[in-house]
Amino acid sequence: MAEPILEVRGLTKRFGALAASDGLDLTVRRGTVHGLIGPNGAGKTTAINQLSGELSPDSGHVLFEGRDVTRLPVHRRARLGLQRSYQITSLFPDFTALDNVAMAVQIRGRSCFGMGRPARRDPTLRDPARALLDRVGLDDRRDVVAGGLAHGEKRQLEIAMALAAGPRMLLLDEPMAGVGRRETRRLMDLLAPLRGEITLLLVEHDMDVVFALADEITVMVKGRAIASGPPESIRADREVRRAYLGDYG
Amino acid sequence: MASRRTVVLTLGLLLLIGLPPAALAFGEPFMVTLWSRILIWALAAASLDLILGYGGMVSLGHAAFVGIGAYTVGILGHHAFEGSAVPFLPGDWSGSALALVQWPAAVGAAALVALIIGALSLRTAGVYFIMITLAFAQMLYYFFISLPDYGGEDGINLWQRSEVPGLDTGDPVVFYYVCLVLLVGFLVLAKRLVDSRFGMVLRGCKQNEARLRALGCPTTRGKLVAFAIAGAGAGLAGALAANQTEFVDPGLMHWTKSGELIVMVLLGGMGTLVGPVFGAAALLLLEEVLTGITEHWMIILGPLLILVVLFARRGIYGWLAGPGARDG
Amino acid sequence: MTWLLFAEQTLNGLQQGVMLFLMAAGLTLVFGIMSLLNLAHGSLYMVGAYVTATVTQASGSFGLGVLAGMAAAALAGGLIELIALRRLYARDHLDQVLATFGLILFFNELVKILWGPQALFLSTPEILSGTVDLAGTPYPAYRLFIIAVGLLVALGLRVLIVNTRVGMLIRAGSTHREMVGALGVDIARLYTIIFAVGAMLAGLAGALAGPMLAIQVGMGENILILTFVVIIVGGIGSVRGALVGALLVGTVDTFGRAFLPMALRAVMDPSAADTVGASIAGMSIYILMAAVLMIRPRGLFQAYGGT
Repeated sequence: MAEPILEVRGLTKRFGALAASDGLDLTVRRGTVHGLIGPNGAGKTTAINQLSGELSPDSGHVLFEGRDVTRLPVHRRARLGLQRSYQITSLFPDFTALDNVAMAVQIRGRSCFGMGRPARRDPTLRDPARALLDRVGLDDRRDVVAGGLAHGEKRQLEIAMALAAGPRMLLLDEPMAGVGRRETRRLMDLLAPLRGEITLLLVEHDMDVVFALADEITVMVKGRAIASGPPESIRADREVRRAYLGDYG
Repeated sequence: MASRRTVVLTLGLLLLIGLPPAALAFGEPFMVTLWSRILIWALAAASLDLILGYGGMVSLGHAAFVGIGAYTVGILGHHAFEGSAVPFLPGDWSGSALALVQWPAAVGAAALVALIIGALSLRTAGVYFIMITLAFAQMLYYFFISLPDYGGEDGINLWQRSEVPGLDTGDPVVFYYVCLVLLVGFLVLAKRLVDSRFGMVLRGCKQNEARLRALGCPTTRGKLVAFAIAGAGAGLAGALAANQTEFVDPGLMHWTKSGELIVMVLLGGMGTLVGPVFGAAALLLLEEVLTGITEHWMIILGPLLILVVLFARRGIYGWLAGPGARDG
Repeated sequence: MTWLLFAEQTLNGLQQGVMLFLMAAGLTLVFGIMSLLNLAHGSLYMVGAYVTATVTQASGSFGLGVLAGMAAAALAGGLIELIALRRLYARDHLDQVLATFGLILFFNELVKILWGPQALFLSTPEILSGTVDLAGTPYPAYRLFIIAVGLLVALGLRVLIVNTRVGMLIRAGSTHREMVGALGVDIARLYTIIFAVGAMLAGLAGALAGPMLAIQVGMGENILILTFVVIIVGGIGSVRGALVGALLVGTVDTFGRAFLPMALRAVMDPSAADTVGASIAGMSIYILMAAVLMIRPRGLFQAYGGT
């Protein structure tokens, strides 16, 4: 079995009386697709925010590739290869789709503050960005302003941007939220081939998607992990059925 | 076929080049002085637009850097004339009257002060940033008022304009062209800057700074550099402003001047480099016309500003150069 | 340095602090609830001062003058809210800065037309013009009066916010804007009322400042910037933050001016100590602001989560 890329130990975050994370443990293995599921209010997004660095935990540790990143700011974690996408699409709305991806390529590169030549005519930024747009199926929408893209297209662009940053691990917060059947299919086809190349931590409400894509699944309830294992064992787990899957029938 | 934008820009530049001979031919030498002033404030407004229009940082203290630039020229010239040592500097250097010394010093001093104020102010964002830049600028304003050696509230006179070998900067027409060259030079450099990788990050900060950070960009550092560059541009404008009036006083850095700079940027067209030039011209010409009608011209200008905010957000340049007119 | 001097300066700081609180309370409420940055808040202070001076001189009654000043400021505030500012709540802060900057220019010029460019002076009302004996040191009664009024207003605001229906809406409005609308409250009217109340407090500050300052055009901007410092220190949107920030700024400013030159005399010659001391003292509150920024970039108390 592959070694862990991400280890979370005893992560705790309280908002007043509410413990959004309550001693959360989580191990994600390199190159896998790891599903993180749980009922509404289980603290999945709070957990993701602490992994990406947008929230600081009250206690506990986050280890990425064996290194303690618990106190690192967002941009430092991103530079180590821990990238995320957002539940609500987060793009540069006035830039074109190509600009958006080129921006991500630029920041991955060494001189993200270069003041020399014009960035929009720089093939070292534009060419990889074009290739990524092809890969997510947006090649014909390159010059459309991101704010004017359809919802599903924004999701595709979001994934292209996350990939452009050259991540080793991608935190995907409900990538299928608010997307229709056909686009969900397309996004799944996009994510599946990433297995092995990139580690994915996938938070998703659509159970069909999670059980189809994930190699391993962790179930969260009230801020802690109650079960973890391959999809078939999760499906069979009685506690999970009672706490969670039962709600959905 | 040339685009509408190119036509507007070319025509504008030709008009500015041809203005002094035309003004003299029509017996209106005052126009040369007025337009020198417009060019100087256009430079300050364009530097503000770098952070305001491109970076989304609403600084309400930009005039402070104009003031720092002006005082640098004033103080260096003062000591050069008196032959006394400039305080707070090592050795007993007694300033200089040379533009080649004074102007880079003005730019450097303004950039340095901007770096310090920016480092503190950029710990916050949004409405805090507005209030903090205003407060720091006002602190500098009171600081210069409390400096009796340099005239306090009354300011200091320049004994002569900055010397440029081979040029008579005392001549209004020569001085006008010096201002024009420096303004165009600044705009060309700024245009390169906003088109560069750095410029893309700056524009990205305005649209979605959190996303940039999530991608791995230390945005605060980038914004700080932009803030200092904008301060440097304002410092150069200040050096020119001191030369034009041959006088420096704290009023130059009063917060209403910072407000006027924002007005120029919005009036001309935010997020374009040429827009603020149009804005500076519009505001200063409007002032010229309205003061001719009534001494209480502000009572007209105030409500006019509110109308501009409510109904005319694109600015003059956006209106002239057509929809989608952006520098980039 | 005796403890009496110290006590006297503490009272002076308290007095300056409550004046700043009257200004900061309105500004912070309007920002916390309507998300509006109102640069023209200082103009309402100026309106309060001018109207108070005029009515006091005409009627001979300072009390009547203060009431008129408060009413005029509330009226001016309500009017600008109805005519212009309510269109700006949903706009970005830049638009608000520009439009309210336009309002300042308008008010300053209007005052110049109505009252002329020269400053007005108002004498302290006779009943308060004496001094009160504080353990052997005479202290101006008028300053004590201001402290009392300021503390009463602070107490009144607390009661209003904690115990009344309007206060409940204010608390809910600053965190859950949409919800208040869903409760069927007439938001537009609520906003106008809150704005007018904030304006009235600014008018009260201006009215009370009348006997202590020259009443002149531009007086509003000076206090506005001090008020900003208060809000940065205290945290925006929080009335408690406004009170703590105001008292802190008032005290630091007063102490700086009183004691810094004195302290510096110990290490340098007196005239230099006075000059250097005065200029550092003038900057002391900005140094305080910078220090707060280093430790808590969003102020000591913060009620509202946005930027």
